[in-house]
Amino acid sequence: MVEPSAEDYSAENGAQLTPEQAIANLQSSDLSLRYYAAWWLGKFRVSQTEAVDALIAALEDKADRTELGGYPLRRNAARALGKLGNPKAVPGLIKCLECSDHYVREAAAQSLAMLGAQTAVPALIKLLDGGVAQAVQVTGLPHLTQPYTAVLEALGAIGATEAISLIQPFLKHPVPRVQCSAARAMYQLTQDSTYGELLVKMLQESDLKLRRVILGDLGAIGYMAAADAIAQAQAENSFKLMALKGLLEHQIAHELDSLSISDQAIRVMNLMDSLL
Amino acid sequence: MTEELIRAVTLAETPAQMVTAVQNLAAAKDPAAIPTLIAVFGYNNPAAAVVAVAALTELGEIAVPQLLEQIDDYNYGARAYSIRTLAAIADPRALDVLITTAATDFAPSVRRAAAKGLGNLNWSNLGFPESQTAINRALDTLLLICQDTDWSIRYAAIVGLQALAKIAEVRETILTLFQEMLANDAEKSVRARIQLAYTNCGF
Repeated sequence: MVEPSAEDYSAENGAQLTPEQAIANLQSSDLSLRYYAAWWLGKFRVSQTEAVDALIAALEDKADRTELGGYPLRRNAARALGKLGNPKAVPGLIKCLECSDHYVREAAAQSLAMLGAQTAVPALIKLLDGGVAQAVQVTGLPHLTQPYTAVLEALGAIGATEAISLIQPFLKHPVPRVQCSAARAMYQLTQDSTYGELLVKMLQESDLKLRRVILGDLGAIGYMAAADAIAQAQAENSFKLMALKGLLEHQIAHELDSLSISDQAIRVMNLMDSLL
Repeated sequence: MTEELIRAVTLAETPAQMVTAVQNLAAAKDPAAIPTLIAVFGYNNPAAAVVAVAALTELGEIAVPQLLEQIDDYNYGARAYSIRTLAAIADPRALDVLITTAATDFAPSVRRAAAKGLGNLNWSNLGFPESQTAINRALDTLLLICQDTDWSIRYAAIVGLQALAKIAEVRETILTLFQEMLANDAEKSVRARIQLAYTNCGF
């Protein structure tokens, strides 16, 4: 968890915007204002139609380029659209899965996961073409040939059971972070505790940065059997609390409007209390 | 004897040696160890820090003045351990520090520890009417941070309020707040914790 919170940071360091200004700024001649406005609209969940439409248009931006040919504005627009929850963005995001910029593809996969976009499944599966053998480091760049982590997690989150046989081999990918994403997706698609336990095992063995990621994975899949392992993990309490919050939310998904809470939910909350 | 144990802490070369040295120092249960145990909070060794928290908590009220004086304003990791220890000892002399920390510290981990601690001080250590004033100040702070934008701060405030609800004079206020939050809080987890507080308080 970043301390201080992102809110404090942006309030001090960013231009004070209104939704109208931010939408207008997406067309500004100043490219940095466009970039900031796209981030801002996502951050503050500005979900009005004008914002969604302007961001969808920004997915095709050609003006804002990096030295390496990346599309910074498209990246931020894709990220923002995931947060706004409007399915209208899905076709544009699917198209982004073919963008030459790795980080646009990554952002699009993450946002399609957030939108639960069933129609994106074939395009996501396509990014797994060649399987683990093709999933290698790009020479001179700090990433693999595709954003595998985001793709695997998206397929799991969307519930793409037809992809199970394609995801499973990634459990043996040499990069531990990719293994975690595969385990996370496999658990979501099969509810088989083997995959949850795989994450628990890696939580004990890995380095601090990966432990934080795995805590996020366990929270995302709501794997209740990991509760104690999460509470005892060697990581900051903020990460453990987030993970346990994920477990709790899975547990209470169907029970909160009745007035009782289950023993399992109480167990998770007692662990959370102990981490304050 | 304690001097040697203290020296072992300062000479530890590996994280594991540090943990062992702090465990040995903790076992001595000697108030002379207090400054060294507090200093361990700043060594970025979580396992050793947990041992030091337990040792200082066991020493109890005698450690409070030094804990209050030696709070590290520049290291929020160390500060969180100090606040957790003060909260666990529950000596009401920590009230002002816990209030300031819960309301204004920049680090969520430190604020959460303070919020939990604010509900649980040994109010009876204070005479009357000081105890009443102190309880009301703790209550006001917890009510304030229940409006924080960070869910984890609100969660910690509820844990603090649940403990404070043992006191008859403030019970009604807390119950009213819980009802409002149960209806309005955006986070499922926060609402679930309020329901648990209801049960635990016997509301």
